[in-house]
Amino acid sequence: MITRDRTAGASRREFLKMVGGGLLVVLVTRDAFAAPALGLTEGRRPDNQQLPEAVSAWLHIDEHGAVTVFTGKVEFGQGIRTSLAQEVAEELRVPMSSVSLVMGDTMLTPFDMGTFGSRSTPQMGTQLRRVAATARERLVALAADHWHTDASSLTTAGGRVTDPHRRRSIGYGELTAGRTITENVRDDVALTPAAQWTVAGTSTPRVGAHDLVTGRHQYTSDMRVPDMRYAKVLRPPSIGATLASLDAGAAESMPDVVVTHDGDFVAVTAPSAPAAAKALGALRATWTPAPGAPPSSRDIYDYLRHTPAAAASGGGREGGPSEPFVRGDVAAALAAAPHRLTHTYTVAYIAHVPLEPRAALAQYTSDAGGDRITVWTGTQRPFAVRDQVAEAVGMPNDRVRVIVPDTGSGYGGKHTGEAAVEAARLAKQTRRPVKVVWTREEEFRWAYFRPAGVIDVDAGVGADGIISAWTFDNYNSGPAAIRPPYPIANQRVTFHPSDSPLRQGSYRALAATANHFARESHVSELAHMVDIDPVAFRLKNLDDPRLRDVVQKAADRFGWPGTNHGSGRGVGIACGFEKGGYVATCAEVSVDKGSGDVRIVRAVTAFDCGAIVNPNGLRNQIAGALVQGVGGALFEAIEFDHAVVRNAHLAAYRVPRFSDVPAIDVVLVDRRDQPSMGAGEVPIMALAPAVAAAIFDATEMRVRALPMAPDGLKVAAAAGSR
Amino acid sequence: MRIEIQVNGHRHTVDVDPSQTLLEVLRDELGLTGTKYGCGEGRCGACTVLMGSHAVASCTIPAQSAVGAPITTIEGLEHDGHLHPVQDAFIAEEAFQCAYCTSGMIMASVALLRATPEPTADDIARALETNVCRCGTYPRIVAAVRRAAASVSGDQRP
Repeated sequence: MITRDRTAGASRREFLKMVGGGLLVVLVTRDAFAAPALGLTEGRRPDNQQLPEAVSAWLHIDEHGAVTVFTGKVEFGQGIRTSLAQEVAEELRVPMSSVSLVMGDTMLTPFDMGTFGSRSTPQMGTQLRRVAATARERLVALAADHWHTDASSLTTAGGRVTDPHRRRSIGYGELTAGRTITENVRDDVALTPAAQWTVAGTSTPRVGAHDLVTGRHQYTSDMRVPDMRYAKVLRPPSIGATLASLDAGAAESMPDVVVTHDGDFVAVTAPSAPAAAKALGALRATWTPAPGAPPSSRDIYDYLRHTPAAAASGGGREGGPSEPFVRGDVAAALAAAPHRLTHTYTVAYIAHVPLEPRAALAQYTSDAGGDRITVWTGTQRPFAVRDQVAEAVGMPNDRVRVIVPDTGSGYGGKHTGEAAVEAARLAKQTRRPVKVVWTREEEFRWAYFRPAGVIDVDAGVGADGIISAWTFDNYNSGPAAIRPPYPIANQRVTFHPSDSPLRQGSYRALAATANHFARESHVSELAHMVDIDPVAFRLKNLDDPRLRDVVQKAADRFGWPGTNHGSGRGVGIACGFEKGGYVATCAEVSVDKGSGDVRIVRAVTAFDCGAIVNPNGLRNQIAGALVQGVGGALFEAIEFDHAVVRNAHLAAYRVPRFSDVPAIDVVLVDRRDQPSMGAGEVPIMALAPAVAAAIFDATEMRVRALPMAPDGLKVAAAAGSR
Repeated sequence: MRIEIQVNGHRHTVDVDPSQTLLEVLRDELGLTGTKYGCGEGRCGACTVLMGSHAVASCTIPAQSAVGAPITTIEGLEHDGHLHPVQDAFIAEEAFQCAYCTSGMIMASVALLRATPEPTADDIARALETNVCRCGTYPRIVAAVRRAAASVSGDQRP
């Protein structure tokens, strides 16, 4: 057996055995994916592991010229199966139809930290471009050898190397046929500048669209294998409850039902879904509630403010306790400021509600080489889940293979492998394939949430209309985008992790949404206080040209400020920078003064994420982020008390629907002179504060709590001003 | 109990448990996994199929109540290797991201267009209000339904 670094995927040697001959190009990075710099969320690599020589991507060209790219990234609807292939096709000079991606398979793809943090485009995209460009250079060199000519005289297009002077050409596959050639990526390989792109940079249609509209695509939850068992896991009645007693007699007497009881883990497997459900219903369990009196959704904000996290926070946490960021003398500047404003903002726990719930199919096999477990599951971190599974079943991680079929969304909510671990444990015990599909209710109760948080902001503005002092204290939401993009001379910015009573973790854009809600709401109030137009106030206070540019472009397209002000109509703007993306959103709302019902009538977002790889895909992501943002802005919130989620189903937890969607206008800023950055997250973060400002413009009510109008505006306003 | 149901023009005799929903029978017994589970209470539309010409949430319907009513699922929309105009329109508008909701959206749209061949944007929003796209592609779905309506005007496709 080949020993290898615990984080590694397939070794190059094993890989070559699998793919046979052809050209294999691998990207080797000695300090690959410098983990500490990337460890914004969970999934930090243990410190004692030096990466020897890590491979982060590879590409294979077979004798027919078919290009296969191997990456540990996964497709959840964000469109990277298409956009990454475009970048490869571009650099390799092959048609899109020649390129296919193998994604998120721990046996076939190199190690990857996970698909999160808007990193697929800036990092994996760039790496794959380098891999593909290296392959192209090698193919040109092979052709030059073949023809005994000078490589610099040769050109590449359509998957062929051409010698224009002698009018001859040869296909990539022919060049490598019958041979195995490996090549490492050179650091200095020349990439095609974005200004010259012809495949990347275009609205290439989504790969696999036909299978998506015909129902042929197999999500994990759709998979079936012979002799498969359906499993249901017994859940406690409240968070943290422990099993006191179990009577499984009735379930065990059912035909072909196996009951697994290992500590607090109790599950049934049966040949059909209804049989599993019946067996689960026949279990008689008693539970001991967790000690103490946990807070409820009504008193959560006081609790978070006054309950700091224990020193070691567990997995699923975003960041850790942070030292305050301090610049200048904030106390003196606040005292001296002619205009000063202090407010507190709150954000509720919300659920991701990925339409495909957690699901896994685990298959246990045994051969001369030992036991193996293969798990298909929808997770954003296949390698981390492989390690979770290996630990749970007590097997070495190279005996566990995790495969991620293109998945029914995640939004940061599928970093973990609960269903995978459950299915694997049961497959190992029953020695049969086992499928676990969580119900919607299980998703609501036992997955994790976007953190709730409390944010205090205290700011001062000088007589010149410049923000001169700024303190920002965030309890529990997280540190993402916590520092203002405004170059404020005196500031103190602090993240205070709290002890969360609910399980919490990543959510699209992390705490950038909460921090922008507080910051940009406050900035709009400051503008009002000093009687300067909110767009002019931002332009006056911002110095970053790209951020100023999106503010101006959003305002121009919106027709700022327009004429809809007061008497139930209003407009607002907000902006921000995060993860390489610049965003500004203008919103128009209408408020029914009788019912308090808030409608977002119109939203205009200008977005700059550098050179755009796929404009149509980008528009889809931006509009989708805005729609998802509507829920968190206006009405989504988890209600809980006594360690029980009270609205654990879709009839009680409101998500945005057709009637909630505003007219959306997206302004793309294509900066071909700038590196391509991710776009899945950042466009969500300016919507809520823009809407809050628009509500004020419409009603003169300031709402400082997310969601702003769960039961109409008046209720929200009362809660927000508490 | 044994029941006979008609799905996509084929008769199937299946052994079902009285508690089994139409969704479970379609997916687990007939292997028609294009129809999805999303919420189990008829509030997300991922499980939408046609019963006769009406869109129904197959997760809330007992399998036996499908006896005698022809069922059409996403797998039954193609004819002679050609996609249904609504499927073509969803591709043309790229009206999906993760696409887990897409089968249900398409089936609900097909039912709408049968009843209302030239729907307004409001008609579409009303008809699809119980269908959730958590990725937020609603505006594209509206555009796809309108595109399909335009492409089938005068056409008597099933």
